Amino acid sequence: MQEKPWKPWALLSPSLSAVFLLLVVPVCFIVVYSFWLRAPSGADIPAFQFGNYAKFFEDFFYPSILIRTIRVALETVILCLVMGYIPAYFFYRSESRHKSILLLLIMLPFWISFIIRTLSWINILGDSGLINYLLIEMGILNEPLSMLYNEGAVLMGLLQYLLPFMILNVYVSLDGIDKSLLEAARSLGCTEWQAFKEVVLPLSMPGVSAGCLLVFVLTAGTYLPPMILGGPGNDMIANLIFKRIIGTLDWPFGSAISVILLVLLGIIVFTYNRYLGINQIFKTLQ
Amino acid sequence: MKRISGWSLIRLYTILVYVFMFAPIVAVIILSFNPQQFGSFPMKGFSFEWYVKLAGNETILRAFKNSMVLGSLTAILTTAIGIPAAMAFVRYDFPGKNSLNTLLLAPIMIPEVVLGVALLLFIRWLQQPKSFLLLLIGHVVITLPYVLLVVQARLVGIKREYEEAAMSLGASPFQAFREITFPLLMPAILAGMLFSFTISFDDVTATLFWATASNQTVPVKIFGMLRNSISPEINALGTVMIILTISIPLLAGYLSRKFSKET
Repeated sequence: MQEKPWKPWALLSPSLSAVFLLLVVPVCFIVVYSFWLRAPSGADIPAFQFGNYAKFFEDFFYPSILIRTIRVALETVILCLVMGYIPAYFFYRSESRHKSILLLLIMLPFWISFIIRTLSWINILGDSGLINYLLIEMGILNEPLSMLYNEGAVLMGLLQYLLPFMILNVYVSLDGIDKSLLEAARSLGCTEWQAFKEVVLPLSMPGVSAGCLLVFVLTAGTYLPPMILGGPGNDMIANLIFKRIIGTLDWPFGSAISVILLVLLGIIVFTYNRYLGINQIFKTLQ
Repeated sequence: MKRISGWSLIRLYTILVYVFMFAPIVAVIILSFNPQQFGSFPMKGFSFEWYVKLAGNETILRAFKNSMVLGSLTAILTTAIGIPAAMAFVRYDFPGKNSLNTLLLAPIMIPEVVLGVALLLFIRWLQQPKSFLLLLIGHVVITLPYVLLVVQARLVGIKREYEEAAMSLGASPFQAFREITFPLLMPAILAGMLFSFTISFDDVTATLFWATASNQTVPVKIFGMLRNSISPEINALGTVMIILTISIPLLAGYLSRKFSKET
């Protein structure tokens, strides 16, 4: 196999050139554009100045969207962990014949259109949605409770989108734990809870941290749930970028916001990679 | 006794998580049969009215055709460039292998909004108009990392020795590839194509940046329809999408099982 050292490069070259030309170069363009000026006429003027970044941090409006993005991402991570760990543990310990079907079901949403899954919450949370209908029928409410177009609704959409990622990451980690370790702990006098706390929980940490990183990164860049389920005050950074680029055609400023988002995610991913290693994430996605 | 009650709590919790995951999707399907003007509870009967309306809607049918063509071409292109790359990573050792693998998987971690802006900016700098080609190359970049992951996982199982055995028995390298490696690769190719088709078919965020009024895909069309609240027509369209995107992997799973039994 050592006879032709050029062979792997020949095999790689189509993919590498595609990613280089269509991803690396365009991202460099964003960085370059973020220093450009925008003429009052709307034309872009090549320049090297930090005005676009200064504009972002000028008053509290734009930074507050950045802070909201980080806050919503953290809330989603915590909720996904709370809602996802127990089902993953259930899959790990269950001896049920239906286990493989149940796991398949958790994968199923990956195949269902993201926009359908997001807007499906309108049928549940809307003024004439399922919850309001049931509450009014049962006489608990007289008029519908307004549950849409706020941060809670956005979180519902995000949770439904990201929960499978968390469950699978944790499950892959749990599945690698030898069950005889549990038996050993039990035979040495641990209670079920102690065995979980002392053996299973620490060993599942790689999956937990990988799941948290993935959920955080995907939430921080999300556009659709705040757009469809949120109100005017629930915009996240991706919505802001979309508005600046497609709405007001302010390319330099939109580019600067994109760079800020990339830097934020870059810092988080690199810190994670430094201390924990990124490969766990890609392992689960297989 | 305590163990059993703890376990049943875990089971109940898991069931509730499933309800949370699937109730909204089930509601979409149920409400698509609601004959009322506003797609809400309670159901006032059962009808296929909205499906009939859907089948007569010119713009939606055009969006469907667009999505199918785009998804199929994306699947072919991405798999065609992804499989050789996956083979290089699984079969060969070369300097910089790990960093290159990370680079090719990077689009997963880059927000789609940023991918959308970046490619659009690039096209603008080249002074090219938005076109179908932009959608296609964009979708190839988005789906490539997933294809790489799926195909690499399958390729690990195909041993180099099979090919070498064929060649030591007199097969040319091309014959060995055609007779041995290619049939063994078939499930990986199918999986890669399927994955990229579905991701392309479902993509919204980046596609919103790249699509024009004339080459809208179904999700972009749904996004546009949503501006004036959710209608039973959207629920019906959603149901069609759900059935389509779920039945394709199930069918493929069935086919690949049949395939592997025969070989």
